[in-house]
Amino acid sequence: MNKFILENLSLTYSDNVQALKGIILEIPAHSITVLFGPAGGGKSSLLRTLNRLNDLADVKQITGRADLLDQDGNILSLLDKNTDVIALRRRLSMVFARPIVLPLSIRQNLTYGLEVSGVHERGRLDQSVEHSLQQAALWDEVKDRLNDPATMLSGGQQQRLCLARCLALEPEVIMLDEPTSGLDPISTNKVEASLQKLKENYTIILVPHSIQQAARMADLAAFFLQGELIEVAPGNDIFINPGQVKTRDYIEGRFG
Amino acid sequence: MDNADKSLKLRSSKRNNIQRLGFAALGLITFFTVLPILYIVVKIFVEGISAISLEFLLGFPTDGMRAGGIMPAILGTVLLTFGVTIAAVPLGIAAAIYLAEYAPDNRWTRLIRLAIINLAGIPSVVYGLFGLGIFVLFFQFGTSILAASLTLGIMTLPVVISTAEEALRTVPRSFRVVSISLSATQWQTIRRIVLPQSLPGILTGVILGLERAAGETAPILFTGVAFYLPTLPSSPLDPTMALPYHLFVITTQVPGMPSEIQYGTALVLLVLVLGLNLLATIIRSRARRRRQW
Repeated sequence: MNKFILENLSLTYSDNVQALKGIILEIPAHSITVLFGPAGGGKSSLLRTLNRLNDLADVKQITGRADLLDQDGNILSLLDKNTDVIALRRRLSMVFARPIVLPLSIRQNLTYGLEVSGVHERGRLDQSVEHSLQQAALWDEVKDRLNDPATMLSGGQQQRLCLARCLALEPEVIMLDEPTSGLDPISTNKVEASLQKLKENYTIILVPHSIQQAARMADLAAFFLQGELIEVAPGNDIFINPGQVKTRDYIEGRFG
Repeated sequence: MDNADKSLKLRSSKRNNIQRLGFAALGLITFFTVLPILYIVVKIFVEGISAISLEFLLGFPTDGMRAGGIMPAILGTVLLTFGVTIAAVPLGIAAAIYLAEYAPDNRWTRLIRLAIINLAGIPSVVYGLFGLGIFVLFFQFGTSILAASLTLGIMTLPVVISTAEEALRTVPRSFRVVSISLSATQWQTIRRIVLPQSLPGILTGVILGLERAAGETAPILFTGVAFYLPTLPSSPLDPTMALPYHLFVITTQVPGMPSEIQYGTALVLLVLVLGLNLLATIIRSRARRRRQW
């Protein structure tokens, strides 16, 4: 069963930069799909198109289709004007490259998503805080200071808090845009280990910050170059046996 | 040390001297700018402090305002400042939120911004005439606290709007993106993140606007103040006395006025306005210490 189906998806920003060129891609559920390639390849644009965060950007034109299928086979057209983007963003949660904690307490950061959705029961919020922090491997470090400002945490902790904040929304899909680019190897390890566990219950789309991370994490890997999708293949395949010359050159470090 | 090194060192000491000279000159200029302000404050304080007493602050003027207190004028200024707050602050903040968060950047919104900037530069007496025409005569509010508050409110509005918009814009865009990505609506983002973070900045702007309004004479001259009133106003439709106008009256219109009462009145007005200013400074510095970004 496929979670996302993208057909001929193209995106042009208002400065006439074509960020995505006819992307055809199926993203499966309950696995980690890695989008990799050099900067400017369209990876972030693709993520922001899926959860409609691009609504905030200067987009000139989007063509093609992007559909989200749920367990019961219902199809949600992501690009449709009438799609409820608020509900959509609860299902497709996102972690950004820089850990951006909201200027609130640790606890408030975690309950923010539920509270704006109208959940105010103390018990449910408490449960969500603990559960999401445990999933992000942060609970033991912060359980005694949940009411401290979130900015008191270290960079690595802040990024795991952002991941936990995502999970607290109880989404179906987690999208991560270079989530470990600013982190030390130990924190990176913790995030990666959490993701490996999380894929049992979530569909994960990851833009890695290095080819090595791509190779470590990918169940399915898609190589993007200047807005084009060059190649899609299982992760244990593409990094050993790339099917395209460009993919091989990039993996071997000839450019990028 | 060879010659090249020597000349380098010479040149660098020369540049240092020029820099020192420059700093000294700038410091001197700053000192001369502050001097008259210091002189005015000290002079008013020294000449006026002897007039300050409980009777002066809480009593009615007597003997053709040559004696007694200035309580009706103090109360009037407080009432007018309160009126301006109601008239200008909610509207101004709402307009700022619209301009900073919702308005698209097009010819119309640029025109609106231009108009707001220009409104801030209009002489206050013009606002007074405008208030006379619109509120006193057209809406028939008469010479009243209501008309004067609305006139002062319109004068204060541009200050509130532009400082509040500025404060809203200093909140990092990334907070907005994250909040939206967590399924908040734009209004939830504004109410829960943007407004709380920019509130100190907005309050500072509001207080500075109110402070200006509290000290103005021209806008209330035609719209709400009276030379002398034997009783306190009992409704918003009554005229009132006010400190700035009272000061004008007792310094120019009353022969044989004791100068300590004039200076005392000026001192009360000064303390009121500087007090508001101090409040704004406290709010700002507190918020800066607590800010997390």
